[in-house]
Amino acid sequence: MEKQHNWPLWEVFIRSKQGLDHKHVGSLHAADATMAIENARDVYTRRMEGISIWVVESKYIHASNPDEAASFYDPANDKVYRHPTFYDLPDELKHM
Amino acid sequence: MNAQHLIDFSLHLADNTLVLGHRNSEWTGHGPILEQDIALSNIALDLIGQARYLYQYAARLMNADGGNKQEVLEDMLAYLRDSWDFRNCLLVEQANGDWGKTILRQFFFSAYQYYFYQELESSRDPELAAIAEKSLKEVSYHLRWSSEWVIRLGDGTEESHARMERSLDDLWMYTGELFLPADYEQALLPVDIAVNLTTIRPLWEERVRQILSQATLTPPGAVMQKGGKQGRHTEQLGYLLAEMQFLQRAYPACEW
Repeated sequence: MEKQHNWPLWEVFIRSKQGLDHKHVGSLHAADATMAIENARDVYTRRMEGISIWVVESKYIHASNPDEAASFYDPANDKVYRHPTFYDLPDELKHM
Repeated sequence: MNAQHLIDFSLHLADNTLVLGHRNSEWTGHGPILEQDIALSNIALDLIGQARYLYQYAARLMNADGGNKQEVLEDMLAYLRDSWDFRNCLLVEQANGDWGKTILRQFFFSAYQYYFYQELESSRDPELAAIAEKSLKEVSYHLRWSSEWVIRLGDGTEESHARMERSLDDLWMYTGELFLPADYEQALLPVDIAVNLTTIRPLWEERVRQILSQATLTPPGAVMQKGGKQGRHTEQLGYLLAEMQFLQRAYPACEW
């Protein structure tokens, strides 16, 4: 049976008024990029969530494989020296 | 010009937006796809919001005018008047039909509102000017959204094109009334309160011609219908009011 709605899926990123970066807020269906941005406006900015919208078709997002999490992330576990916590800071420096 | 003219004009603007807002709200939960269901519901809310400002203003004018034993409230204007009291144009009361017809009706009306509110912004009536200014941002988006859909469907598949042609045949005859001034508009024109419809007509025609041509659609030659602005409506409005007003009439002053 032919699918009734075969519009592609898009991922939506919104930048809020205070925020510097676009944050992933969800996904939606749209026939093309123009419609995706308008749909994002209607679905994700109804409560003044944002002032800038990015959309990207979901198929262009490549993700890391959860099965490889151990080899990807665990090796960083015992490398505390990568954190900048071993420097002596001058007293004049506040809020670090 | 007298006070009644301004009341009638405000009611005309309010009725336009309430009736179209209600028509659009009939799609809520029935849209072709979730995203568009929300888009049209948003537009419905914008329009009903505009209607509220205008009814509140009309109610204030009516109460100031005196002669009313009972204080007039915005809800009474929306829910307790009969179809012959409504002054909306015939276009907005037409039944939804399919998605294409709803889109085309929205496009015709949004294009009209877009130029109308730009003129109303400089009305000598500060209240109407302020409502126009606030609403224009909303209407600009309605026009953009509906224009894109008209092009998408008109210049789409054979099926969508045929449906848009049919919608055009159904709706075109109701567009002429938009530019026929009612008596209250004529009375308010010399005092710079109402909008000069002959100014915005060519702008509307040019915009519509542009979008329809991109959509590969040709408007039919049709005899134009009129009467809505003076309270003479098509049968469609009666059904709409029956549903919209049922609760307030069955349970007067009910709140929830």
